[in-house]
Amino acid sequence: MCLAIPATVSIIGENRMAQVDMRGVTRTVSLDLVPDAEVGSWVLVHAGFAIQVVDEQYANETWDLLLEMGEALDAEDAELLNAAAQAAMGEESKA
Amino acid sequence: MGPDPSAAFRDPEVARRLTAAIAAAVTRPMKIMEVCGTHTVAIARHGLRELMPENVTLLSGPGCPVCVTANRDIDLAIELGRQPGVTITTFGDMIKVPGSYSSLAREKAEGRDIRIVYSPLDAVALAHSDPDLQVVFLGVGFETTAPTVAAAIKTAARMGLKNFSVLAIHKTVPLALEALVNDPEVAIDGFILPGHVSTIIGPEPYRFLAEKYGVPGAVTGFEPVDVLQGVLSLVKQIAEGRAEIDIAYSRGVSSNGNPTARALMAEIFEPSDSEWRGIGVIPGTGLAIREEFAEWDAARRFDVTPPEPKEIVGCQCGEVLRGVTLPYQCRLFGKGCTPEHPIGPCMVSSEGSCAAYYRYTDYGRA
Repeated sequence: MCLAIPATVSIIGENRMAQVDMRGVTRTVSLDLVPDAEVGSWVLVHAGFAIQVVDEQYANETWDLLLEMGEALDAEDAELLNAAAQAAMGEESKA
Repeated sequence: MGPDPSAAFRDPEVARRLTAAIAAAVTRPMKIMEVCGTHTVAIARHGLRELMPENVTLLSGPGCPVCVTANRDIDLAIELGRQPGVTITTFGDMIKVPGSYSSLAREKAEGRDIRIVYSPLDAVALAHSDPDLQVVFLGVGFETTAPTVAAAIKTAARMGLKNFSVLAIHKTVPLALEALVNDPEVAIDGFILPGHVSTIIGPEPYRFLAEKYGVPGAVTGFEPVDVLQGVLSLVKQIAEGRAEIDIAYSRGVSSNGNPTARALMAEIFEPSDSEWRGIGVIPGTGLAIREEFAEWDAARRFDVTPPEPKEIVGCQCGEVLRGVTLPYQCRLFGKGCTPEHPIGPCMVSSEGSCAAYYRYTDYGRA
């Protein structure tokens, strides 16, 4: 439940609502809790909010861990990871 | 290009050296408790418990928010869902957790309006788009989650929403650790502190554990090697009679946590007593909605009193959460209680201790 998923901020709209990219999956989240986040920032996303700005290395390690833990995740997070994995495969096949 | 620093964290040789260092440093039997569902899963999944020397016991504590929610609060949520016109909105992991008499999943099957949302803001949006619904969001979770719910309440207040409220059954971690330190049956020597909770509160609120009780703590990440480094730091401190709150892991946990999130929590909530499964009422570990935001407090808006709670017969989730019983020592574990057919909350939640033991250890395959 305390799991937070790394993402990069793509677009910041009204009321600090932002589009973020989670390895190819786009989500709308609130940046209310992270006044420092800007376009391009890496953030940890939890329950529809960015809760912390992190560096890219931390973000990548967290992704690796999430993918490893896949089967223990809640349905919502697992669904997101599957979508991200598929998006990543799409990228690879394009390359 | 230099070597990738994160590659070291996957290096079995580093893990082997850390394990050897732990074995060399240990001087007496030591009990180290982790209090975060993600650590529970990481430790079980990587078999770290089996790597420990005989004298070091890794225990899972009350780190799963769904698991520590008392039956009384689950019953209250269920009762709210039975009120005419009420729509319950909740994170998915609360759905299957049994209360004294029912679960939200069963209530939903019986026709009550219970919906899973990804964010508390989704619940606000639902209330806004459908004024005929009386939307109640179940505010469950630790300091990681509470600020998001505080933000939702503030948004609802700003919008003047009359049909949105929150049942605030959040819990805060540091004082719960004090309760465990004071429990003679538990006798914890050191804590692996929760990573994502610490991204909000920082290490400061744990300092008293070291200063007042001489119990060290380490904030660590979730990589196996991070956890091992945390354990090594704790074992050394315990052996030398030192106690500090150590950030064995600086990436992602700023030394100050997230002050914006904390300020918002303090604006909406005030500390209250909270009942923890297996531990009982711990003063100051709840987050009650402040008087100024009473209009968005489901407990005040609805006059609901569920029957007296009762515990699930045979389920030892409470003892497991305190670290006095290991999951496989419960009579129900694997015999009638499995992740597919869970009986108690520690098996229901994917990050519950029983579920993690069942999935990743030999006990689950026995």
